[in-house]
Amino acid sequence: MTGPAGEGPAVEITVDGAAVAARPGELLIEACERNGVYIPRFCYHPRMASVGMCRMCLVTVDTGRGPSLQPSCMVTVAEAMAVETESAAAVKAQNGVLEFLLINHPLDCPVCDKGGECPLQDQTMAYGPGESRFVEEKRHFEKPIAISATVHLDRERCILCDRCTRFADQVAGDPLISFMGRGGATEVNTFADEPFASYFSGNTVQICPVGALTAEPYRFKARPWDLTEAVSTAWVDSVGARVSVQSSRNRVLRVQGVDADAVNWGWLTDKERFGFEALDSDGRVTGPLVRDAATGALVPASWADAATRAVEALSRAPAERVAVLGGARLTNESQYAWAKLAKGVIGTDNVDAQLDDGLPPELVLSLPRATIDEVCRPGGVIVLLGGDPKEELGSLYLRLRHAVVSDGATLIEITPRATGLSGLAAHSLHPRPGETAELMRALLAAAATGAADGGAAGCDRAAIAAAAAALDGEFTVVLGRGSLAETADSAAAAAAMLAGRGSVRFLPVLRRGNVNGAFDAGLAPGLAPGRTLLAAGTDRLAGIWPRVPARPGRDARAVLKAASVGEIDVLVLLGADPLNDFSDRAVAANALDGAGSVIAVDLFVNDSAARAADVVLAAAGPTETEGTFTNIEGRVSPMAQKVTPPGTARADWMIAADLARRLGADLGFASPAEIRSEMAEASELHRALTPEALAASPVEGVMLAGTQIPVPAVEAPVAPGSRGLRLVATRTMYDDGVMLRHCPSSRGLARGPEARVNPAALYRIDARPSTTVRVSSARGHLDATLVVDEGVPVGAVAVGWLAPGAPANALIEAGSPVTEVTVEAR
Amino acid sequence: MAADGYVDHAPGYVANEGPKIVTGRFGYEDSHRLARFEATGGYEGLLRALALAPGAVHQQVRDAILLGRGGAGFPAGVKWGFLPPGRYPYYLVVNGDESEPGTYKDRLLMERDPHQLIEGCLIACYALGLSQCFLYVRGEMALAQERIAAALNEAYEAGYAGRRICGTDFSVDVVLTWGAGAYIVGEETALIESLEGNRGMPRLKPPYFPAAVGLYGQPTIVNNVETLSNLGWIMANGADAYRRHGSESSPGTRMFAVSGHVRRPGVYEVEHGVTTFRELLYGDNFARGILHDRELKAFIPGGGSAPWFFPEHLDLPLEAKPVGAAGSMLGSGAVVVMDETTDAVDAALRLVRFFARESCGKCTPCREGTTWLERILQRIADGRGRPSDIDLLLDVSDNISPGPYPAASDEARGLAAVAFPPRQTTICPLGPSAVAPVVSTIRRFRSEYEARITRRDAIPVKAAS
Amino acid sequence: MSRLTADNEARARRIMALYPRPKSALIPLLHLAQSQDGHLTDEAVRHVAELVGITPAEAAGTATFYEMFKFHPVGRYLVNVCTNISCALLGADDLVAHASAALGVKPGGTTDDGMFTLETVECMAACTEAPCLAVNYRYRLRVTPNDFDDLVAAIRSGDIDQEIPHHGTLARVHQEIPEGRMAGISSPEQARAAPAWMAAGAEGAG
Ligand SMILES: Cc1cc2nc3c(=O)[nH]c(=O)nc-3n(C[C@H](O)[C@H](O)[C@H](O)COP(=O)(O)O)c2cc1C
Ligand code: SF4
Ligand code: FES
Repeated sequence: MTGPAGEGPAVEITVDGAAVAARPGELLIEACERNGVYIPRFCYHPRMASVGMCRMCLVTVDTGRGPSLQPSCMVTVAEAMAVETESAAAVKAQNGVLEFLLINHPLDCPVCDKGGECPLQDQTMAYGPGESRFVEEKRHFEKPIAISATVHLDRERCILCDRCTRFADQVAGDPLISFMGRGGATEVNTFADEPFASYFSGNTVQICPVGALTAEPYRFKARPWDLTEAVSTAWVDSVGARVSVQSSRNRVLRVQGVDADAVNWGWLTDKERFGFEALDSDGRVTGPLVRDAATGALVPASWADAATRAVEALSRAPAERVAVLGGARLTNESQYAWAKLAKGVIGTDNVDAQLDDGLPPELVLSLPRATIDEVCRPGGVIVLLGGDPKEELGSLYLRLRHAVVSDGATLIEITPRATGLSGLAAHSLHPRPGETAELMRALLAAAATGAADGGAAGCDRAAIAAAAAALDGEFTVVLGRGSLAETADSAAAAAAMLAGRGSVRFLPVLRRGNVNGAFDAGLAPGLAPGRTLLAAGTDRLAGIWPRVPARPGRDARAVLKAASVGEIDVLVLLGADPLNDFSDRAVAANALDGAGSVIAVDLFVNDSAARAADVVLAAAGPTETEGTFTNIEGRVSPMAQKVTPPGTARADWMIAADLARRLGADLGFASPAEIRSEMAEASELHRALTPEALAASPVEGVMLAGTQIPVPAVEAPVAPGSRGLRLVATRTMYDDGVMLRHCPSSRGLARGPEARVNPAALYRIDARPSTTVRVSSARGHLDATLVVDEGVPVGAVAVGWLAPGAPANALIEAGSPVTEVTVEAR
Repeated sequence: MAADGYVDHAPGYVANEGPKIVTGRFGYEDSHRLARFEATGGYEGLLRALALAPGAVHQQVRDAILLGRGGAGFPAGVKWGFLPPGRYPYYLVVNGDESEPGTYKDRLLMERDPHQLIEGCLIACYALGLSQCFLYVRGEMALAQERIAAALNEAYEAGYAGRRICGTDFSVDVVLTWGAGAYIVGEETALIESLEGNRGMPRLKPPYFPAAVGLYGQPTIVNNVETLSNLGWIMANGADAYRRHGSESSPGTRMFAVSGHVRRPGVYEVEHGVTTFRELLYGDNFARGILHDRELKAFIPGGGSAPWFFPEHLDLPLEAKPVGAAGSMLGSGAVVVMDETTDAVDAALRLVRFFARESCGKCTPCREGTTWLERILQRIADGRGRPSDIDLLLDVSDNISPGPYPAASDEARGLAAVAFPPRQTTICPLGPSAVAPVVSTIRRFRSEYEARITRRDAIPVKAAS
Repeated sequence: MSRLTADNEARARRIMALYPRPKSALIPLLHLAQSQDGHLTDEAVRHVAELVGITPAEAAGTATFYEMFKFHPVGRYLVNVCTNISCALLGADDLVAHASAALGVKPGGTTDDGMFTLETVECMAACTEAPCLAVNYRYRLRVTPNDFDDLVAAIRSGDIDQEIPHHGTLARVHQEIPEGRMAGISSPEQARAAPAWMAAGAEGAG
């Protein structure tokens, strides 16, 4: 980051003769721009340290010692500074730079992706010399080279602004591209056979000021002037990164980051950026499907037929034998519609947006929340309790990384294994699986007494004492779900212990899409909309919903267990894929087989639907429907409809309304806007979500704050006593999930199955590294490559959650505190 | 001269008459050995310094008005005073990257008298509380590296370096490090980048100068090899003795390499400020006139980066101020002499090609501009010039270094001198340096350009020998 | 091809120990790698990057900035003829032409037997001794065509192997700080206090 445009009295400067109030410490280029004077630039980027390389931003600056040419991206404002942005000297210098940049530039604008939105092209048209004075031959490089699976580099077009390389190094922390060579022969490149394999590579395409870096999914697809854009919110994870969705002729062709100061600073993960490809893939469900009784196949049907089949099943079943799983994919409005349908019309509280893969919602909703900015406060102390932000919530990872690297924040991680932030963490503690609460007890005791009694949960005393010392003052907690191979209980208990510490605030980082919106809409057992317990919300809902369930229902684990023994008649999968996402694959399979009817509402036929759905209702995707999204902070921002849904797919809330009508009820709304106004009635929390508030903050969104739920008492489980190897299963950025499978640019990026063990634990395993091993539990087994990894606790074996061909949930028994495994050579 | 293995002419060095402050031992075959060094007053300066308070040592250096020898001529004592108090550790980085065209002195100092340099480093570290010294030698100078390594090993062994130096509580390591071939690394911030393991690209300034933010972001003193080599003598003999040589504003001596078309090219230790170019080029004690009795055409007074002087400037003294006012610089003590047979276009091309090859590539005007200049000059030299090329050269130059470029006066054409230094659109002065030969030659020898462009056979293409 | 040998890796670690940050040893370590193989192999660059804790791309970014590092095999003897101004004034071009004819390669080329690579280089800091050249960075001053032929003959005959090592080997004398003599590296992370002799006050160190 640049220019700590700090607080304090304004600095008076003159820009082109006019008095201008600049912020103290502000860079001249910024001060001018904020005041309507745009200084041309190529290398300067407001989210990265200035390098002053391109020299395009030269202006005449006089600080009392006479005018001189200065790069405005390097100079900070000073009282009484006089700036001429269009002095003869500045204009000459800028034109000179432009000419220099053009002499070796191929000028292939007509075939360049950047043509039409290229600052170099624009500047040249505006100011550039008409005719080239350069008669020599231009520099030549081999034409575009693929520097990663998605990014291509055309070195002839490159103007060496250092943006991509700075991004890779400073922002992403993946310095896999570098300047090579020197002087006129300088080029950007990767090392021999090490591609620019960064989760964030696409950002370089966005910030490249020319067309040197292009993204495979967009290359040659459109010209900028054919595109229209709408600001929306990324949907693949829960950070709520702001994006611009760009389409042409009813097809989304590109997604770019929008600089929301409070959220993603313009950066995106490649998954957020390129995930739209899946929406346009052949695998999309474009109309309803029903299971053909004769062949057992899913075949197209009319909406009337499909809905009728669904409603027949629903109306036959007693309310407590109906369950709705999933919903994190939906907009807030659709979530509310489904909550109303399930709880208010059907009358079941067996509703759960998580699949036993998150944290208890009452805990999450009860904790005092921190914003991303609060967590990333300069000089702050951050406790990471849970998973790996780099793998799970990439754009949040970038903020956390920046806080530590550039803003002096201290990071303490308490995670099941090393994370992408471990290299930056002041303290890394990796407790034995199932013993996070143990460790937290020891930490808090050490913090209280100033000394640690001894080791705990496999972490040594010195490490605990050191981390405890850092917990002395104020801190925030980034709270997620660490390993899926143990119950959430231990981590939840640890969080509850921290919540007992006065001013501590939490940023919940449950990964799945709009899971926070789902909680707020009440898509969890025992909850009503608005961070309210069902019991407490009944009165308020009474006038709005036809009915309200009397007792809290089952959570996903209980629903699936019940279904597997035939106690569920209708199982609705609202974008849920229990087979792949529930912790216990065997239970999920039995549940799908044992449920009376399975109704899937989805964009794709996922593995669970393929196995068991009787009806598949085609839902509209995130760029195909209007609504809002709630991020990890509780920030609500718009999701824009940019294209129409394929075929006859419809918005989830319309599907809910249709089913309700067929069940004889009227949900009472006919648009997302109407749903929002009902939400404001049904929930205190959502009252802040007015059309005016949304309109007033189109980029940063509207923060919903406050909670009606007290911190629940969470019992810490007793740490298991066994001495076997315990499984750690954590999420990875790329896995075998249904969305990624349908995304051409990320297909193939999922790493093959790996079983990682600490070198100190190798002696317990009768196999050599890099060979295939079988990891077995009482439940099942999977085959993976054995990898030595110092970041895995000594008593553990770490695997990815959904590695292709080796789903970790084959090993796990739902509800066991830990999963014990053995590893042997194959 | 004296017995004891002293020879008059070590390879690449001529012993002229006059005070010897830094070259005194060069004539000895074993000048690089500790024994010789100790036998000729070596490490006395260090011992003197250690007997004083660090601040007093700094004061001596201030009083001596020891001007930096790396090119900019900034007084070392003043530069040392820029260290922000209390922000330890401070580092010393020794600039032994000597690569400026025409410059040849630091290599001699490193090869022939490494202990003198080490002594200087130690004195600087002692005076300023510098915690570690990195002696950065140009990569190509294998012998210098070997000699310094050997000298350091001797110094450590003898207790002159490392822990508890000479039994005092002064402890500092002098670490030999070296580059791998890049002229720009001589620029002090690029040198620091290189020492951090990076591409040697200069850092942006302002606001960073190494004394405030240097190696690893810590306060760092960067001094040239010759600058530091003076310190032993200054401490041993005192600032007053030092100031008795040279002129009031430029005391002491300086090493000058006189190369090109002279009878006796060589590296001379010359009294600073009082000697003139005429004495240096023609004096018996120095270069003894132009080769083959030819006429002097032009000379570059301070290394390839300096604008050119002509015969009418011979009476300028070897002192920064008057030379700067006359439109050039003393720079790195490199005087390149060109006789009447020298082809101006060809000579300019050599120098411009150098800067184009050595541009780090960071600044657009330098990276693209120097290459472009080289290609235009090459075209003209190859007989494919266009009449518009002369103006193009000047305009491209102006986009690298805007405004009137420093130049010597030319009374015949009624042109006044433009004082040094040039302005720049770039971060460091390398890009603008490439303009020096272009502007110098076009201003003075425009007709040669025109002839090369219009009459291809008029001027011999090759430099005479 | 090859990573650093065990001996060289040990030497690399000794070199790194002289710097507050290991990355500062990058260039010396790349030289070490080049001395092992005569040029920088990908594997050696990777190994060096690993040792100093950076990515191979970063190491290559630094390495390719500097002329002395070669990424393809060059001759056992690298002949660098200076063609900058001072040498040019005294016949460098003739020397290059002679060298080129004598070796049968253009500047930039390597003789078929892999013995010599000829390069023209910029100022070598021997300007008063023009024209000059260096073979594997060992200087030859005021070189005449005859001198050149003699030099090539001497190299071919092996007579001056002692003086001119194979390409890649730079200095053959290394700084070795005797046990217990090192003052100790001062990294910005640790050293915050004034060094002892400064703290000791105004009276001199001893
Ligand atoms: C392009 C460029 C090249 C330079 N090369 C050298 C060099 O080779 N040796 C040197 O001592 N100083 C060189 N300098 C000057 C250094 O930046 C720095 O001023 C000097 O080392 C300071 O030492 P001094 O104060 O003792 O002179 C160069 C400067 C520039 C701009
Ligand atoms: S002027 Fe040239 S050498 Fe100096 S920093 Fe800029 S590009 Fe590099
Ligand atoms: S934008 Fe300032 S130098 Fe590039």
